Amino acid sequence: MSEAVMDAGITTEPGGTHGIAYDFSRDKQVFPVPWGKAMMWIFLLSDTFIFSCFLVSYMMVRISTTDPWPLPSEVFALSFGGDPIPLILIAIMTFVLITSSGTMAMAVNMGYRKDRNKTFWLMIATAALGACFVGMQAFEWTKLIVDEGVRPWSNPMGAAQFGSSFFMITGFHGLHVSAGVIYLLVVAMRVKNGFYERRGGNYEIVEIAGLYWHFVDLVWVFIFAFFYLW
Amino acid sequence: MASAEGQQHPIRIYLWIWLLLFVVSFFSYMVDYLHIQGVWRPTLILIFMFVKAGFIIAIFMHMKWERLSLKFAIMGPPAAILVLIWLMAMEGGYVETNRVEHYGESTFVPESPHH
Repeated sequence: MSEAVMDAGITTEPGGTHGIAYDFSRDKQVFPVPWGKAMMWIFLLSDTFIFSCFLVSYMMVRISTTDPWPLPSEVFALSFGGDPIPLILIAIMTFVLITSSGTMAMAVNMGYRKDRNKTFWLMIATAALGACFVGMQAFEWTKLIVDEGVRPWSNPMGAAQFGSSFFMITGFHGLHVSAGVIYLLVVAMRVKNGFYERRGGNYEIVEIAGLYWHFVDLVWVFIFAFFYLW
Repeated sequence: MASAEGQQHPIRIYLWIWLLLFVVSFFSYMVDYLHIQGVWRPTLILIFMFVKAGFIIAIFMHMKWERLSLKFAIMGPPAAILVLIWLMAMEGGYVETNRVEHYGESTFVPESPHH
């Protein structure tokens, strides 16, 4: 704010489109956010392109194959004794991930309120839900490989590209979730043992970890729509 | 701006968005469960997808409260992906046409999943 006042003729930080010119043309730090947060956003932007490339190549092979595409609704159906329920495991996984996003958002909020205990437990809950998600994914993979005979190069239900797209996209997403679980656990332990308290009691790291976690949920929204529902 | 002191917002807004994400996810699952076909299937899938993605980015990731310069810097570049989608959709159609023309229609006999 004080710099803004010193800028000739401008007494308040302008917002809107005028604010863009103001932020970029001041010959100083452009984004008024902690550097870690700006870097996390830029990392997530690059990750967006990686996942986009996977999803676009999936679209491309699905359009270009002449073989029938396996119906995800049937392939991912699961029966609990009775008739198979379409896509039920994927639906549960979706709800688990959304729940974990909710607990993460609460953890960020509690972090800024300096409530270390609640932040810690909410982050642990988020990590546990994430681990649960990866566990269900492992179950899904096992079922697909062992029972349905899906391979990256072929499968008995349709186009061979189904397997390669599936393993690549969900595998890379699962890897992100696993990395996120570890990341969250590390930050949660540091929240608990007072690591950030000794560094000025700044809990924006919780928000930065949260950004990563919400992004993982965000990617799943797109995978769920394009791979499982389409 | 909120980001100067960190992003602190009432808990109520997170709980509402959380609930909303549950409801919209339920709707998108219903698209499959109720076997909605034709033009409504992709339409509904895309609507629910963008609603969910929008709320996650805007509220959970706090983009709503960031300055416009950061919003543009992060959310502008992914628009380039639209060009890639357009190009690859064209290319995909072309490859498919060529495959049918030169190798003929598929003779693949699909099996049903086992469960």
